[in-house]
Amino acid sequence: MTMTKAPVETDLLRFTTAGSVDDGKSTLIGRLLHDTKSIFEDQLEQIEGASRLLGEEGVNLALLTDGLKAEREQKITIDVAYRYFATPKRKFIIADTPGHVQYTRNMVTGASTADLAVILVDARKGVLTQSKRHAFITSLLGIPHIIVAVNKMDLVDYSEARFEEIRAQFREFSAKLTVKDISFVPISALLGDNVVSWSDRMPWYEGGSFLHKLETVNVGSRRNYIDFRFPVQYVIRPNQDFRGYAGTVASGSVTPGEEILVLPSGHGTRIKSVEGLEGPLEEAVAGDAVTLTTEDELDISRGDMIVRRKNVPTVENRFEAYLCWMNEESLDPDRPYLLLHTTRQVQAFVDRIEYRVNVDTLHRESAETLGLNEIGRVEITTASPVFFDSYRVNVATGNFVLVDPHTNVTVAAGMIRGEVKRLEKLEDPAEEPDLVGRPVTPGVVWQGWNVPRAERERRNGHRASVVWFTGMSGAGKTTIAREVERRLFQRGIGTMLLDGDQVRHGLCGDLGFTPGDRSENIRRVGEVAKLFFEHGNVVLCTFVSPYQRDRLAVRSLLPEGRYLEVHVHAPLDELRKRDPKELYRKEQAGEVSALPGSGAPYEVPDSPDLSLNTAVTSVNDAVEIVLARLERDGIVPSAAG
Amino acid sequence: MTLRIKGHLKALENEAVHVFREVAAQFDRPVLLFSGGKDSVVMTWLARKAFRPGPIPFPLLHIDTGHNFIETIEFRDRFVEELGCMLLVRYVQDSIDQGRVQEETGPDASRNVLQTVTLLDALKELRADAALGGARRDEEKARAKERFFSHRDRFGQWDPKNQRPELWRLYNGRKAPGEHFRVFPLSNWTELDVWQYIQLEEIPIPHLYLAHEREVVQRNGVLLANTEFIEPMEGERIELRTVRFRTIGDATCTGAVESEAASVDEVILETGAARLTERGGRSDDKRSEAAMEERKREGYF
Repeated sequence: MTMTKAPVETDLLRFTTAGSVDDGKSTLIGRLLHDTKSIFEDQLEQIEGASRLLGEEGVNLALLTDGLKAEREQKITIDVAYRYFATPKRKFIIADTPGHVQYTRNMVTGASTADLAVILVDARKGVLTQSKRHAFITSLLGIPHIIVAVNKMDLVDYSEARFEEIRAQFREFSAKLTVKDISFVPISALLGDNVVSWSDRMPWYEGGSFLHKLETVNVGSRRNYIDFRFPVQYVIRPNQDFRGYAGTVASGSVTPGEEILVLPSGHGTRIKSVEGLEGPLEEAVAGDAVTLTTEDELDISRGDMIVRRKNVPTVENRFEAYLCWMNEESLDPDRPYLLLHTTRQVQAFVDRIEYRVNVDTLHRESAETLGLNEIGRVEITTASPVFFDSYRVNVATGNFVLVDPHTNVTVAAGMIRGEVKRLEKLEDPAEEPDLVGRPVTPGVVWQGWNVPRAERERRNGHRASVVWFTGMSGAGKTTIAREVERRLFQRGIGTMLLDGDQVRHGLCGDLGFTPGDRSENIRRVGEVAKLFFEHGNVVLCTFVSPYQRDRLAVRSLLPEGRYLEVHVHAPLDELRKRDPKELYRKEQAGEVSALPGSGAPYEVPDSPDLSLNTAVTSVNDAVEIVLARLERDGIVPSAAG
Repeated sequence: MTLRIKGHLKALENEAVHVFREVAAQFDRPVLLFSGGKDSVVMTWLARKAFRPGPIPFPLLHIDTGHNFIETIEFRDRFVEELGCMLLVRYVQDSIDQGRVQEETGPDASRNVLQTVTLLDALKELRADAALGGARRDEEKARAKERFFSHRDRFGQWDPKNQRPELWRLYNGRKAPGEHFRVFPLSNWTELDVWQYIQLEEIPIPHLYLAHEREVVQRNGVLLANTEFIEPMEGERIELRTVRFRTIGDATCTGAVESEAASVDEVILETGAARLTERGGRSDDKRSEAAMEERKREGYF
């Protein structure tokens, strides 16, 4: 017997199926698996047995796909299930999702990786609310192709008129959506008409069978092959001679020799080699798992993004997005979430819910929060910048999820629309001043620093950092920071100390103590700290800085690992006793406005890098703790060494 | 250069490598569960590709039931040495000796259930926070809904109602202390994909997968190899037949199929036309209709 290698040049189509319990979706999938001979004898035996137990006549093909016990009992599918079948032309992965309104989240999950969506419509019932919901989600998730399978044609006498009526209904609705390609096929999943092969019971239908459509649709049209984006996933460094950046090309392509830029550092170099899984490559494209090496050795780590020098994504810590909420516990706009985007993890707040979409009517409704299975348009602020493109242009760099930091559960899926438009913000005078996005004078273009910080750091022999002391008045911020600075100075470290009272003379002399003024004060200080930081200094800042949002804004100005938040605190009674500036006495007397933490709010940091309780820790110990931390983080060399 | 791996296999390979790298990046102490079966061999092969030219940055862990085919163990040791991986072995026999578990008795006795305890103990001992497994969604109905990153609570249990949504290429591996993850890079592969990949990459596999002559006993419709672990019951005859195995597990419950497929090429032809799922030969799945789901809840592989 002569053997030829099996042809394995078939491609892969991922599609999602949505439909309700009664649309016959499970039957359709069962039919596909059965008629493409993807069901094995023992599986068939199993469902024959199960069908008998349920008291059904014949074999219930739907049982093939209803996996878990609970759902078999309830006779509904309650999660995304993945199925596989192949024809000589293609391999298929089906993400099978239930159609109930409460399962929008599953539909979104299934749709996130699909190239095509199948929407089932019961020929007797026509286009229902839920068919519209499916179509909307398909459109929102950017799936380029929809096949509308009009099922149970056998129950409407294979009527052409009925089919045309449903097609018209659907077209009318879908005109509002952005799906590129919608096609229709009349079928009977139960009897197999037009599923795998064309049925002579509907001679009036001239299109291809359902399977034929699946086999011929263009695969991979969701991918962006133009804009090169490479989120660094893992650094491979087995020895001194090799340092490679492993990851999956999110979009675009890359070849050796190309000029590249690394985000967030902004450093440039060239690609030395593109290592594929089988050896060096001349080119890698979207979807390829590769390892890149660079001409110059740069400090690149997981979460960084390698891009082409003249084609960079948006680098911002504020953006607009569609959010689908997936958790029983509703969105809390006052809580930080973790945002997972490409290989990056950052803290994020959902600042504003512009509106909620009623997924059944597509109407916009005002909303204070988003509950399970609700979809809305929101504004998000992150603690450090995210490198993104709009989801419409680039799915791979436009998607993200939110994780609850306490339960670690994934609570929302998001699709980035783009940057927050400044014009839109002006329309809403009630909004707080924009403190997070960095304001820019119109027409002014950012120029890079003449002497980059890295060069200064090399010459100085230590790295730059911002140490931010926050806490209520009298907690000991300034006392500790002054001593830390003195000690660093003695060790030859470049330092600068910015203190609340100092900047209020001059730089911020025009500001008072209203919440808005306090925020503006911190914004200016953040920018000044950044300048000293870029000069290569360890910058010590002592500011009450009562709002988390303002502190996050400062953090976002600096690279990861270069902002150390130190929360200095003691019980309020103790602070009132200390009262070094007699502020608490004056507050009591009504001579000064309310103090943060006393008469006004002070937002305690969620996860400061250091927390110093000066009621129990001496100044000297506190100083040692801060210095030790700077050494541990590699900012300053160890005093011993 | 011309690439061996193209089309859908390339897509699956890329996906698996991406998942391996995510595990190395997100977890402190992952282990790769290695049985010597073809899926775990392919896993190891992919892991090596994912981190080349560096070594695989985590050890392989074999839970040895003590009822393995000798060929499997020999193959395991050779393969691991050739690839230069680090292998750890933990024994079900030790769990029995320590009184952690009690051996089943009777003709259907199997150590398959017992190995769950040994596995969970080993993960605890190694402080493993991720265990990479070769399970695929096409194997069994309960696995069709399994995630790539499957969360397990402190007791190693899987709660089908409390799994995290997994979207795009984002894998959430965050966990509380004591919890761990099972990770399945081959989730989207089918049996045929695995065979085609073995063929194209020329990956060594245990010879048990290819047709050979062997003494077998027919029991409950399953052909079991006649080994020291099997005691023929009344009315059962030991026969010499040409068989191969489609999965390789515990010799007490892994059934053989009659086959003439003596090469990987022939196995692929046969698999393309196969009429039994590969787990169909495993008597442990047949115990009850929802057998796999129940074992999974308890922390099975």
